[in-house]
Amino acid sequence: MDFLRPTTWEEALAAKADQPESVPIQGGTDVMVEINFDVRRPPALLDLNQVAELREWSMTGGLCRVGAGVPYAVVVDELGGPLPGLAQASRTVGSPQIRNRGTVGGNLGAASPAGDSHPPLLAAGAAVEVESRERGVRMIPAAEFYRGVKRSALEPDELIRAVHVPPATGPQYFSKVGTRNAMVIAVCSFAIALHPGERRVGTGLGSAAPTPRRALEAEELLAAELDWEAPLTPALARRFGELCARAAAPIDDVRGTAAYRVHAIGVLARRTLAWAWNDHLEKRAA
Amino acid sequence: MRVSFVVNGREESADDVWEGESLLYVLRERLGLPGSKNACEQGECGSCTVYLDGVPVCACLVAAGQVEGRRVRTVEGLAEGDRLDPVQEAFVECGAVQCGFCTPGLIVQAHDLLERRPRPSDAEIREALAGNLCRCTGYEKILDAVRLAASRKEAR
Ligand SMILES: Cc1cc2nc3c(=O)[nH]c(=O)nc-3n(C[C@H](O)[C@H](O)[C@H](O)COP(=O)(O)OP(=O)(O)OC[C@H]3O[C@@H](n4cnc5c(N)ncnc54)[C@H](O)[C@@H]3O)c2cc1C
Ligand code: FES
Ligand code: FES
Repeated sequence: MDFLRPTTWEEALAAKADQPESVPIQGGTDVMVEINFDVRRPPALLDLNQVAELREWSMTGGLCRVGAGVPYAVVVDELGGPLPGLAQASRTVGSPQIRNRGTVGGNLGAASPAGDSHPPLLAAGAAVEVESRERGVRMIPAAEFYRGVKRSALEPDELIRAVHVPPATGPQYFSKVGTRNAMVIAVCSFAIALHPGERRVGTGLGSAAPTPRRALEAEELLAAELDWEAPLTPALARRFGELCARAAAPIDDVRGTAAYRVHAIGVLARRTLAWAWNDHLEKRAA
Repeated sequence: MRVSFVVNGREESADDVWEGESLLYVLRERLGLPGSKNACEQGECGSCTVYLDGVPVCACLVAAGQVEGRRVRTVEGLAEGDRLDPVQEAFVECGAVQCGFCTPGLIVQAHDLLERRPRPSDAEIREALAGNLCRCTGYEKILDAVRLAASRKEAR
């Protein structure tokens, strides 16, 4: 096994291009579990920890650009203002030790349907910045990034450089079902983002289909029927929940049955919409 | 490969390290620092918690090569000579140690909490220790120990 230690982004891209079978490692919270248990024995590890720029975030061109190596703890501490949905989701990941090391970039790299960063990225309309030495930069909308269980649109010679997330213009919520308060992989999860300027509501479902996905019909329902000046009607909230549940295509597994997940997605969707809507009306009244 | 880093203030290096090896293995098996415990090797139990450049992490999930040139502080590095850290003292006094397997990880994690939040609420203590499993104590004495350590540290 090789251990590659690029110190700049250009070196990292070169290493990945020359050895596409090398496995990038950032926080290691997914990669090391697999190595410790001999699930994976990659020919090379490509350590990205020394590429300092990956650990930075910035506001550029009206978007929040979060480097692939920014750990969850930093998202929680520093990005709760512009990215409340992602920050809420980050706070539910693993334990403090995991949040100190684990990153949004690694969550995208692993592309697990249960990854907690995915629903808020979908709801906010984020895009993933990936790059290869030969073909340069590609911006992949989050909704096109996830391709199957633990499969993404990333090519073998590409690395994830950052994720670009529009800062919140309205309330955002993330909600996760688990058997306890910490250290749980989601049984299912749901993210919502209100975009009052565009009169649009974004959604993201987690652990409820082979890939994280949006509930498009539910989004369309609200775009057509939501009165942004008035209280939310219970009937509309219920139909929203039903359409979100219908967007789910889960499986039975050790964490929960498919039927339970469908039901729970409907409940989470209805509840998070109500929370977000209350915030929205309060802000208008203030 | 060779890995050189600073452990508890001392320059150390280990030779013939396998590229997939964890920091935990290097600490325990190569540097003779058995304080950090190996229980799960999957980040679930927290018994291997150490500081990496001042931030608590699971040593079992850090690749050895990733600590090249960096600073690690283990439970062995918390006491000053014979003088225990207040967190260590409080664990002993409160009976928060039974078999002791979880203790080093809990102490590092509690130590970090009190560095950042000298007077944590119970909810904050529980959240900070959520990644550390104990099979013996039932956690109540651990909570007592963290509260005692907080009051002692403040009195100092
Ligand atoms: C105890 C425990 C609890 C956990 N709890 C949760 C949880 O609650 N929610 C959750 O979502 N996840 C959880 N996880 C999984 C894990 O922490 C997350 O997926 C995390 O985001 C991974 O980030 P990382 O930086 O550690 O990734 P790594 O392990 O370093 O990498 C993960 C994957 O991404 C690839 N990769 C990393 N960086 C890049 C890059 N820049 N470009 C291309 N590919 C890259 C790697 O090759 C690998 O395939 C948990 C893990 C553990 C061990
Ligand atoms: S041995 Fe590292 S967390 Fe359990
Ligand atoms: S004292 Fe035995 S595991 Fe905690």
